[in-house]
Amino acid sequence: MATPQTGQARTPKPPATRSSRRLREIAAGYVFIGPMLLGVVVFTLIPLVMLFIFSLTDWSFLTGYDKLHLSGFGNFARLLRDPEFGESLLHNLIMLLAVPIGMAVALLHAVLISERAYGSSFFKVIFFMPQISSIVAVAVVWQVLFHPSYGPVNGFLSAVGVHEPPKWLADPHYALPSVMLLMIWIDLGVSLIIYIAGMKNIPRDLYEAADIDGASARVKFFRITFPLLTPTSFFLLITGLIANFKSFAIIKVLTDGGPAHSTSVIVYDIYQQGFVNLKTGYASAMSVVLFVIILAITFLQWAGQRKWVHQG
Amino acid sequence: MKTQAAGRRSLPLSRLLITLALVLFGIVFLLPFVWMLSASLKPEVDVFNYPVEWIPKHWQAIENYKKVWNGKANFPLYYWNSIKVSVLTTLLSIVVSAMAAYGFTKVRFPGRNALFLVVLATYMIPAEATLVPLFVIYRSIGLYDTHTGLVLLGGFSVLGTFLLRQFFAGISDEYIESAQIDGAGHFAIFGRILLPLVKPAIATYAILRFIWSWNDYQTPFIFLSDKALYTIQLGMNAFADRNGQFYSLVMAASVSAIVPLLVVFIVGQKQVIEGISLGGVKG
Repeated sequence: MATPQTGQARTPKPPATRSSRRLREIAAGYVFIGPMLLGVVVFTLIPLVMLFIFSLTDWSFLTGYDKLHLSGFGNFARLLRDPEFGESLLHNLIMLLAVPIGMAVALLHAVLISERAYGSSFFKVIFFMPQISSIVAVAVVWQVLFHPSYGPVNGFLSAVGVHEPPKWLADPHYALPSVMLLMIWIDLGVSLIIYIAGMKNIPRDLYEAADIDGASARVKFFRITFPLLTPTSFFLLITGLIANFKSFAIIKVLTDGGPAHSTSVIVYDIYQQGFVNLKTGYASAMSVVLFVIILAITFLQWAGQRKWVHQG
Repeated sequence: MKTQAAGRRSLPLSRLLITLALVLFGIVFLLPFVWMLSASLKPEVDVFNYPVEWIPKHWQAIENYKKVWNGKANFPLYYWNSIKVSVLTTLLSIVVSAMAAYGFTKVRFPGRNALFLVVLATYMIPAEATLVPLFVIYRSIGLYDTHTGLVLLGGFSVLGTFLLRQFFAGISDEYIESAQIDGAGHFAIFGRILLPLVKPAIATYAILRFIWSWNDYQTPFIFLSDKALYTIQLGMNAFADRNGQFYSLVMAASVSAIVPLLVVFIVGQKQVIEGISLGGVKG
């Protein structure tokens, strides 16, 4: 990819002055970062500016740019009173519970796999499977497995004597927990690998010293492993919180927000308003809310990283 | 050295028992995939037999997969579209990210750190928040409903710059200085010296980017509408919507959608796991 320039560089050059060499260095710098910068401007910064403008209008993109008029903060006032958006926000908040639960499961398995079992690389691959699988395929299988009347999960539950097993994705009370279960299942592999990587950074001699003192496995876990993994846990917590607020595909393919709006989330509402109801302005206001939430979590991360060891 | 230390702490017997428990949990963990595969191999009437017939009593594998691949859904086309989009996205992303990583670490120019902060800051902006304006932009400049639009969006993702930057930063500046004394320009240094040195990192990133691109549902879902352009994710979704009652066929389609990545993952598992541990990246 660098062939033409390479040819140029090899031809003998007249002795360059200091300043012309400096200019060439600056030019080279911008040539190298230029494409990335252009991408950032076109695909992120310009859309972001437009987002803020749209959020102050009640525009629909179908009507054309000449109908684009600023109309103040009406969208945000409406959002405050929108019960559906409030529900979606609440669902996102409930779903956050899946993050610490998933982390605890991952940490338990990380300790067992890396220290107390054979075949650690084998298990890493096994638990990573859902992560590389198509979300659509995974969602379809879960829909069938958890089907209220003929799914094998309820088949099993009835067989072991559970009367009226939950209707899972078809029941508004169980749908959101079912989604969370699927999320934990999908993300276990990633958290596990990150925890195992974090554990490799814990100095071995700490454990050896603890052994000499006759510390039990439990004491070693709570006094060494867990505290020294704080930066890793914090990182997983933050990325997990962010990923939860950004979730869309899993909801769209698994439940489509239902039943009875019981699994709708912020991004699902953005999609409904922006791409189904074609309310560009209103969907943009929702997106601004999402943006502010993620920004707040990011500041939390920034503050936390200054407090704890910085993650490589 | 780890095995030694661990071996001293847990007896072989308890180690065996824990391994056994993990194997059992692993089997339960993978049951959805086993069920998927098993259902794709049997006639529709047997799919919901209880207890589950993990190994089909009656086989109908060839017919099921034929119906998926030769039916109306056009899986070969979805496959081709996915391969095209994922490969091009990966290539573009490698070129753009590697160049930026080089520029941010090995070329000295005013404003470099400030610009890097800008790029870093944009990484915090969730793609989901800018979907609506991006959609409007794509429609006005003709990128809506094109594969080019998808490739550009994935190819300019800033994540690769961060990942590769760590590797470029780890390479001593002496390589560059001595090459510069020999009269080499930055492009020669980048292409001939640096790229070969960071090849393993690029391979890791390439595999991750390919996986994310192949599995991406959200971007094609928002930015494509023509069925002829559908990637495997959209095609699979449409197929499931249309054939929802034929679970054996839907499962055959699911297996078809997962297998290519399973192969990529098995071949590149070391890179994938390294990449994930290293950047702590989440797709």
